[in-house]
Amino acid sequence: MSTHVLEHNEPDYLQVKSKHKGIFAWILSTDHKRIGILYLITMGIFFSVAVLLGFLMRMELISPGKTIMDPQTYNSLFTLHGVIMIFLFIIPGLPAVFGNFFLPILIGAKDVAFPRINLLSWWLFLIGGLLAVISIFLPGGPVDTGWTFYIPYSIRTTTNVIPALFAAFVLGFSSILTGINFVTTVHRLRAPGMKWFKMPLFVWSLYATGWVQVLATPIVGITLLLVIIERTLGVGIFDPALGGDPILFQHLFWIYSHPAVYIMILPAMGIISEVIPVFARRTIFGYKFIAFSSLAIALFGSLVWAHHMFTVGMSDTAMWIFSLLTFLVAIPSAIKVFNWVATLYKGSIELEPAMLFALAFIFHFTIGGFTGIMQATLALNIHIHDTSFIVAHFHYVMFGGTGFGIFAAAHYWFPKMFGKIFNRQAAKAAWLLIVLGFNTLYFPLFIAGYLGMPRRYYDYLPEFHIYHFISTVGSWILILGLLIMLINFFVALKRGRKADANPWGGETLEWKIQSPPILENFHEIPVVETDPYDYSKYEIDRKESK
Amino acid sequence: MSQSVQASVHIHRDDVGARIGMWLFLFTELILFGGLFIVYAVYRFTYSNEFALAAKELDTFLGMVNTLVLLTSSLTMAMSITAIQKQNKNLAMLLIGLTIALALTFMVNKYFEWGAKFSHGIYPGGNELINKTNGEILYFGLYYVMTGLHGLHVIIGVIILSVMLYFIRTDHITKDSFVKLENSGLYWHLVDIIWIFLFPLFYLIH
Repeated sequence: MSTHVLEHNEPDYLQVKSKHKGIFAWILSTDHKRIGILYLITMGIFFSVAVLLGFLMRMELISPGKTIMDPQTYNSLFTLHGVIMIFLFIIPGLPAVFGNFFLPILIGAKDVAFPRINLLSWWLFLIGGLLAVISIFLPGGPVDTGWTFYIPYSIRTTTNVIPALFAAFVLGFSSILTGINFVTTVHRLRAPGMKWFKMPLFVWSLYATGWVQVLATPIVGITLLLVIIERTLGVGIFDPALGGDPILFQHLFWIYSHPAVYIMILPAMGIISEVIPVFARRTIFGYKFIAFSSLAIALFGSLVWAHHMFTVGMSDTAMWIFSLLTFLVAIPSAIKVFNWVATLYKGSIELEPAMLFALAFIFHFTIGGFTGIMQATLALNIHIHDTSFIVAHFHYVMFGGTGFGIFAAAHYWFPKMFGKIFNRQAAKAAWLLIVLGFNTLYFPLFIAGYLGMPRRYYDYLPEFHIYHFISTVGSWILILGLLIMLINFFVALKRGRKADANPWGGETLEWKIQSPPILENFHEIPVVETDPYDYSKYEIDRKESK
Repeated sequence: MSQSVQASVHIHRDDVGARIGMWLFLFTELILFGGLFIVYAVYRFTYSNEFALAAKELDTFLGMVNTLVLLTSSLTMAMSITAIQKQNKNLAMLLIGLTIALALTFMVNKYFEWGAKFSHGIYPGGNELINKTNGEILYFGLYYVMTGLHGLHVIIGVIILSVMLYFIRTDHITKDSFVKLENSGLYWHLVDIIWIFLFPLFYLIH
C-alpha cells in the first residue's frame, strides 16, 4: 500500500471548521468519523445505564428473599437491562461506532456511500433510545415482559409495552439504514486495487453483518408492529383468545433475533482478525477461510432460529433439523478460532491491551461456543432450558465475546481516533480486573443453571446461595475494571501523550494516514498494491535470526 | 466542515450506488411484507374453511378495478422515466400527474371498500365480527393490516411522486440526472407488485 503524506497543515476531523456552530457541528455533521463518535458517546451512556441496572439486579440476588427491591421492579430491571444492552449497545456497537469510523478508511474511501442517510440513522438511534428511556418513566410502569416480548403476556400486561416496542422498531430502522449504507459502500467505494480479497477482514465481517441487518431486521419490525396494532386496535393476530398462535410470534421474533446474535458477534470476529495479525506480526492464517466463514455464519445463522424454542412443542422433524443446523453453525465459527490460533503460532506476540482483550475474546468465545453446542443437543436442552445456564452462555458470547471485541477495538483504534495514547499499564490492570470479574460473575451461573436455577427469577432456594453470592462479588470486580478502563480513556483524552500515525505497526490503510485523520481521510485516494496483513518482512527476519 | 469542503463531498455522484441502495431498501420492504405473508400462510393452513368463508365478504369486482388501476399507474410511471430521458419534460410531468391520479383513485376505491365493511360491523371489535369464528376474525385482522400497510405505502408513494414532480419542474431531475425518478419508479413498482400478491390472497382464493 502506498504511504502518504503525514506532514501537512490540514486540520484533523476533530478541529475542522463547520458551517454549523457548537454542538450542531457534530449532531448535523455527515462526516462518517464524527457520526462514529456520536454513536460512541450515546452508546457509552446507554451502556453505563444498562451496567447499572445489571449491578442492581446482582445486588438483589446476593441473598435469597427480598434484598433491595420488590419482584415487579426486578422484572422491569431485567427487561430494561436486556432491551438496552441488546438494542442500544451490542447490536449497533461495533458497526455503528467502529464500522462508521473505519469502514471507509479501511477500503480507501472518503466517506460512506450515503452520508446523509448515515446521519439520519444516528438520529433514529437517538430517538429510539430516548423512547426506550422515556417508557421507564411514563405512567403504567416500565415494561416487564423480558426483551423477548412474548405473547400473550405482552398483550395482557398493563406496563408501557407500546413505547418499548416502538423504540425497538425505530432502532431496527436505524440498523437497516446502516446495513444498506455499508453494503453499498463496500460495493462501490473501494479504492483502486482494493479487490475483494484485499479487503481487511473487519470489512468482510461488516459486509456480512450488513446483509443480515438488511434481510433479517424487517421481520422483527413487522412483528413488533403487529403487537402494537394488536394492543391498540384489538386486531386479532397472535392473541390466542382470538384464535391467534403465540408460537407463531416466537418464530417471527427469533427469525430476526437469532440472526441478530450474528449481527452482534460477526463484527467482533472481524476486530479480532485485525488485532491478532498486528500484535503477532504475522500474516493472518487462512484469510479466505475467515472471509467466507463470515458469510457462512451469516447464511447458516439465519436458519437456526427455532433452537430458542425446543420446549414449545414443535414436531420432531423440525426439532431435528434445527438442531442439526445449529451444530453446523459451529463449523465456520470454529474455522475462525483455529485460524486465529494458527496465526499466533510462531508469531512475535506483543501483549498490548488490544491483544489481551482479543485473547480473552478467544477464551470466552470458546466457552460460550461449546456451551452453545450443548444446548443444540435436544435432550440436554430440555434440562437447561430457561435456566441461568443460558444466561451464562449468552453472556460468555455477547459480553465475553462481543463486549471484549468492542474493548479490543477501543484500545486498538483509540490512538487513531483521538490522536492520543493511553496509559498501557492502567489498561492492562483494567483488563485483568475485567477478565477476573467477568468469569467470577458468569461462570457460577453455569453451575447453578445446570443444577436447576431458573433464569429471570427474583428469588431462589438456599442451595443456590453460594453461586449467586460469588456471582455478585464478580460483578463488583467487573465494574471496578470497567471504571478503570473508562477513566484511563478520559485521562488519555485530556492529558495523553500525542500518538504517532502508526503506534502498533499495523499494515492496513488507517495506519498510513495521520492520527486523528483529516476530514476526507486521504489527501488523495490511495492505490492498493499489497495484501492487508503483509508481515513478510518480519517473517524473513525471524527466519534469518534462527 | 467548511462550505467549500462540504461542496467537494457532494460533487461525488454515483448513480449505480444509489440504485444498489434502493434495491437493498426494496429487499427490506419485501421482507417486511414477507413476515405478513408468513402469518397469512400459517393461518390460511390452520383455518382454511373459515378463510374461504370470510373471503366471500370481499367484492372481487372492486378488487379487480383496483388491480387494473395500479397496473396502469406502473405503466405511466415507467413511461415518465422514458419521457425524461427523451427530454420531454412536460410529458414526463403529465405522466407522473396521471400516476398520482391513479394512486388516488385506488385509495378512494379502498375507502369505499373499507367503509362498506365498517358499516356492516366488520372491523376489529365490531359487533358483527366479534360473533364470527376465530378463523374469520384472523382473516379480517390480516385483511385490515395488510391492505392498510399497503395503503400506507401508496400514500407515501404519492408524496414521493409529488416531490419528483416538483424536482422535474425545477430541473433537479433532467435527462442527465434522473436516478431519483428511477428509484421512485422502483418504489412504485414495489407497491404495485405487493398488491399483485394481496389481490389473489384475499379476493380470489375461495
